[in-house]
Amino acid sequence: MRVALMVTCINDAMFPDTGKAVVRLLRRLGVEVDFPAAQTCCGQPMVNTGYLDEAVPVVRAYAEAFAGYDAIVTPSGSCAGSARHQHGIVARRSGDPALVDAVAELGPRVYELSEFLVDVLEVTDVGAYFPHKVTYHPTCHSLRMLGVGDRPRRLLEAVRGITLVDLPAAQECCGFGGTFAVKNSDTSVAMGADKARHVRETGAEVLVAGDNSCLMHIGGMLSRQQGGVRVMHLAEILASTEETSAEHSSVELTATNVESDAEVLR
Amino acid sequence: MSGTFVGMPVFPSAARTALADTQLRHNLAHATSTIRGKRSRLVEEVDESIGGDDSGWERLRLAGAAVKESALRDLDRHLVALEEALTARGATVHWARDAAEANAIVVSVAKAHQADEVVKVKSMVTQEIGLNEALEAEGVLAWETDLAELIVQLGDDLPSHILVPAIHRNRAEIREIFLRRMKDVGRPAPADLTDEPAVLAGAAREHLREKFLRAKVAVSGANFAVADTGTLVVVESEGNGRMCLTLPEVLVSVVGIEKVVPTWEMLDPLLRLLPRSSTGERMNPYTSTWTGVTPGDGPQEVHVVLLDNGRTRALADEVGRQALRCIRCSACLNVCPVYERTGGHAYGSVYPGPIGAILNPLLRGTGDPQTDSLPYASSLCGACFEACPVRIDIPEVLVHLRAKVVDGHRGDRVPKAEAVAMRAAEFALSDARRLGWAERASGVAGRVAGRFGRRALPGGRRSLSRVPGGSAWTSARDLPAPATESFRTWWKRTDGGREETR
Amino acid sequence: MSAREEILGRVRSALEGVERLTDVPVAPRVTTAADRVVELFVERVEDYRAVVTRCAPADLAATVRAALPAGGTVVVPPGLGVEVPGAIEDTGLTAAELDRIDAVVTEARVGIAETGTIVLDHGPGQGRRALSLVPDQHVCIVRVDQVVTDVPDAVALLDPLRPLTWISGPSATSDIELDRVEGVHGPRHLHVVVVG
Repeated sequence: MRVALMVTCINDAMFPDTGKAVVRLLRRLGVEVDFPAAQTCCGQPMVNTGYLDEAVPVVRAYAEAFAGYDAIVTPSGSCAGSARHQHGIVARRSGDPALVDAVAELGPRVYELSEFLVDVLEVTDVGAYFPHKVTYHPTCHSLRMLGVGDRPRRLLEAVRGITLVDLPAAQECCGFGGTFAVKNSDTSVAMGADKARHVRETGAEVLVAGDNSCLMHIGGMLSRQQGGVRVMHLAEILASTEETSAEHSSVELTATNVESDAEVLR
Repeated sequence: MSGTFVGMPVFPSAARTALADTQLRHNLAHATSTIRGKRSRLVEEVDESIGGDDSGWERLRLAGAAVKESALRDLDRHLVALEEALTARGATVHWARDAAEANAIVVSVAKAHQADEVVKVKSMVTQEIGLNEALEAEGVLAWETDLAELIVQLGDDLPSHILVPAIHRNRAEIREIFLRRMKDVGRPAPADLTDEPAVLAGAAREHLREKFLRAKVAVSGANFAVADTGTLVVVESEGNGRMCLTLPEVLVSVVGIEKVVPTWEMLDPLLRLLPRSSTGERMNPYTSTWTGVTPGDGPQEVHVVLLDNGRTRALADEVGRQALRCIRCSACLNVCPVYERTGGHAYGSVYPGPIGAILNPLLRGTGDPQTDSLPYASSLCGACFEACPVRIDIPEVLVHLRAKVVDGHRGDRVPKAEAVAMRAAEFALSDARRLGWAERASGVAGRVAGRFGRRALPGGRRSLSRVPGGSAWTSARDLPAPATESFRTWWKRTDGGREETR
Repeated sequence: MSAREEILGRVRSALEGVERLTDVPVAPRVTTAADRVVELFVERVEDYRAVVTRCAPADLAATVRAALPAGGTVVVPPGLGVEVPGAIEDTGLTAAELDRIDAVVTEARVGIAETGTIVLDHGPGQGRRALSLVPDQHVCIVRVDQVVTDVPDAVALLDPLRPLTWISGPSATSDIELDRVEGVHGPRHLHVVVVG
């Protein structure tokens, strides 16, 4: 089976550690993923803002990059949802029947990470170790567009050392919503404030979710409030082991990295 | 009388005002969480009582959606059948292209009976067409008899919810409105009025009873209009509907053409879906059905106004058409995280919430800034679609309407900054090499930002609390600095991590 | 062009090329055991805070009498199958006259167990619509053989050409903070007598 990693544009530029975690995790489970270098973005930011014409070349680039793969794995419920449910709209808009066929063929091969692990690899215990108190936020698109159900939870429950606590009003949107976060920033912030409050109420050290875009929003709220809770992508927790857990959960160490990057710049 | 929505600001500005109203936020959070709990318990009960492998509620939704969809796709035939059945049973059928025509018909019926007042059953469509104002301009007073409508009318207020137009008011505010205003328009509220809901409801009963007993003309809408029999259906709770539909001599019902249900039997799934989705009850206290005139029982003169007012425009939209399936239950409002925080007034229409965000542009057409702001008033979380009893894919229609809004500006001589940004993104994202260059530039920015960032943000980097041009984000949220090395650069440098050295 | 012609024309042009939907799925039915139907009906009517009394046919008159307010005025429709001593038979009372009467006794056409609903089709023994609306107390007699399982059973039995009133509990509102309170314009007291 040829498996491709769709890392997503936001993870590529902003959260590469999530992509690295997916590679490490799948490699540990015996799956070597390809990273088709021609990939860019699923086009969702454009589609959801109403720019269908602008999304056409982006979706075309997507279809070309991932053609021929049996499975396309992505650490994002939202981007998986876009590939499965929105690419058809964009392709129809293009008026190009070949693109319509191409995206129709690729749609069912797209898997959000937890779907790929549970449904394709049929594992829930991925051999992870993460000795922290964690709460899980089910992001809207994975919950309602994809229907990932309890897969992420089952994966987390199998992690050694973890203490999983319930998030109140977990199914309510965090208020990110792509360009909604800036076009309607007051409402977005009001929603995010409630989500951040619920997260803090759990007493968890870490908020985990399957979408870094939502985590960027909630984490940005928690950070501004000095909330004392850090956010992590599901892939990073599942990739953690006894050997790596210290490295990937220590804020101190990341601060050191920042310093060393700054030195590089000097 | 109550105000109008004319000249409302665009959604983000209206929302900002509403978000600052802490009383409103509290009232809405309390009311919507109550109703959400009731609804979800009943959905579970239906799943249990129907049984089987698939969700019973989902199968009921599918049936309800199909009934409405089948009516819409054959609407001309059903409308003609409805007219024929109604006429055969002694009703007078009128057709109205728009609000002005519908209002003129109702005014002329009232005038024909020298009525200087009418009693009204709660009806969204008469709100939509501004009937009360039109009647008042002709010297006919329209009394709203639904409790929430009465609260809105007495308070010179605007409706903010489809089912409970006064949802933004709590009991203390309602008591104050009753004490202050009832005396101006009829029987005063008792001086010792408390804010107990039962006491407030009792005051409304006393106040309105004299109006019910003396009114000659009543005005209603209809929840459903059965084409094959000519039967109209009104679903209600308080009995004010029954009063209006039964006691006056003349009844005028204004019915949107999308209310058609093909056959009597097809009412079944809708009558099971509506009360559970709207008030969270197995059945609403009262449902009245009538077919034209019944000799010796109820109004002996019955008029039905079939109204278009933009519905055929919505019908012509192949994606948006599904919005006409709406049965006005307001479940989408009650589950919407945006509505819960902004309330209904921010939508600038009698149809607020997720359904309003699609229905208003579909009925009116896109093109004015207020209407065009509505499809963006959603985070696309999908809770509305999940709750909708007739499976209107509201997020799908929202995205479709956003494209219509954008397409409406494609000819602009000076493109919006957003359009310019989207075209730049298109350029970068349609070619991985160009994206790589952009990322290298942002990586440099990330290194610079990392040096000046204030706090460590999870995910591995410093966070930024101010970004030039990014205040819509950073006014309340930190933003992670871009990564110093993109994933694609890392992959290339380390051969996918295989050559990574620590 | 008339409004009628124009609207129908717009509808036809909006639907040009749109396929009709002929395959409407049958709505699913509940699986309530037949011997539980009357019991469920009673439970569900009581859930609305209506009063329910069960009695044998021989005890109907006494049960109805006991349900009525002591010393109150009572109106009954023509054709009511039970004797209510002292009751006035409706002969076209005005709404104002009905407003001065305390209670009404009627029969019903059908009872729906799943939703706790009574449907009146305003035939003999049920009276015109105003009769069971204006007085503050409604005593409604439902025979056990009139109770059906769910809404689709009732829809199949009812004649849409008759005016119908579906009643589920006393008049109520959720308009204040979306919390249900009983007692607005319709009868504030609903007493259902289940016979048989």
